[in-house]
Amino acid sequence: MREFLQYLITGVGSGCVFALVGSGLVVVHRVTRVVNFAQGSFAVIAAMTASTLLASGLPHGLAEASAVAVGAGAGLLVGLVAIGRPGTPPGASLIITLGLAVFAYAVEVLIWGDQPRSFAGVPGAVEFGGVRFQAHYLLIIGATAVVFAGTAALFARTDIGRALSACASNPYAARVVGIDIVRMGLLSFGIGGALGGLAGVLVTPIQLVTFDYDVTLIVGGFAAAVFGGLMRPLHTLVGGLLLGVAQSFVAGYGNAAYQMEVALVLLLAVMMRQAARAPAAEQEPA
Amino acid sequence: MTEPLLRVDGVSHAFGGVYAVREVDIDVAYGELRAVIGPNGAGKSTLFNLVGGQLAVRTGAIVLAGTRVDRLPAHRRARLGIGVVFQGARIFRGMTALENAMVGAHAVTGGGFAGAVFRLPVHRREEREIRQSAREALARVGLAGWADRPAESLPLGQQRALQVARALCGRPRLLLLDEPAAGLRAAERDALARLFEELKTSGLTMVVIEHDVAFVTRLADRVTVLDLGRVIAEGTPATVRADPAVVAAYLGTGVHA
Repeated sequence: MREFLQYLITGVGSGCVFALVGSGLVVVHRVTRVVNFAQGSFAVIAAMTASTLLASGLPHGLAEASAVAVGAGAGLLVGLVAIGRPGTPPGASLIITLGLAVFAYAVEVLIWGDQPRSFAGVPGAVEFGGVRFQAHYLLIIGATAVVFAGTAALFARTDIGRALSACASNPYAARVVGIDIVRMGLLSFGIGGALGGLAGVLVTPIQLVTFDYDVTLIVGGFAAAVFGGLMRPLHTLVGGLLLGVAQSFVAGYGNAAYQMEVALVLLLAVMMRQAARAPAAEQEPA
Repeated sequence: MTEPLLRVDGVSHAFGGVYAVREVDIDVAYGELRAVIGPNGAGKSTLFNLVGGQLAVRTGAIVLAGTRVDRLPAHRRARLGIGVVFQGARIFRGMTALENAMVGAHAVTGGGFAGAVFRLPVHRREEREIRQSAREALARVGLAGWADRPAESLPLGQQRALQVARALCGRPRLLLLDEPAAGLRAAERDALARLFEELKTSGLTMVVIEHDVAFVTRLADRVTVLDLGRVIAEGTPATVRADPAVVAAYLGTGVHA
């Protein structure tokens, strides 16, 4: 029972991280129809930035927040290259993000080297149900809850959120109500960058981050996002948590080497089920 | 004559060497309801798309209230006051009718990101005002009872009315409609005609592109007739109806003066 609880908590922690990366994918895809394969890189860049800033003496909190801002900036840059030119088809943009993700390796290795980085998270441990775990997990869970509630409110209850949703629903009609769809697309990339960056700074204290850690994050995040058809944030949260917990149990009771396989199997299962169910309701051609 | 609200000045547009619109001049006065009619292939929809910004204007000028708009993208024109209602059901699926109308307000609100994220009081007040004006717009087009229904569940006539409500939320100076009566049943047409009367009374300037001549000629102040991309007649509904060139264009016979 204690083992079960232990695995559950670590699983929820990493599940939150997948959900954050996945929600970044969802925000960008909802608005631009682009699957942003550079999403994992934002997390790595933010993690590396935070470790450098902390090492140079910046206090906790400020360093992490700055790193998230750098993630948002990276998101905006990727967005500018991928969708900045009006009329770029989503397929072409997808390939551009893939290329930029590989390019990001070079930049990361150049700046931070190829050694893994880590920094301390929330200090101390918490005891719950006879299980001791790092207090940092509480921050991960709390921050994820706040971010998901905030994004939901942004989309549902603000003019800018409605404009973002309108781009996703009908870009042709969005233009005639005064929505600048390229600007909204760039904004979504910025939000995606911030969400990825947040995932990066949250995960580093519980997981060493190397320059190529984005692969783990993008596979997990993509599996979570696909759970919601790349459109629904709440499903993405559920998908991320399921994946995190499943991986944790496989690692705990079975073999830790199979974590990536768990994500891939889940991804495949969800995609096959969705493909079998119905061709997803698509937007009308613009 | 005073400055018109909309001036289309020498606009031409060709698709692959074939002119769809050729040297078209149209002036629409403030408060006017202008019908643009013509047989199939006359260039009506091309003209609609050129004014709305869905097609790039390469030859000629389009001026709204003294401002050149022909080089501006569609979203900038919307912000300058051109409201557009498409023939197709170009609504926002996945949102309610009320939310669809609220999106229309984007043309007049700044939609500041910081204000939205930090839920500033100014944003909350703006949000209340948007919701209120969206409800009013829905009531105006007869959709008050449909506000919370998913937009895609509305019948075609209501979806078009919803587009009008959405455009009204952007407080347009000019409302541009592409074949608004197409595909509607008789009762829906009558409702649409009453709505146009009401909008006209409120002082809104409208340009209605229409295939159905009878429907618009009883509403319009002036009628412009296009044929093969050119303006072949312009005037009051009565004069245009009596114009032999118009009769010929519609009947497809030679012109008998």
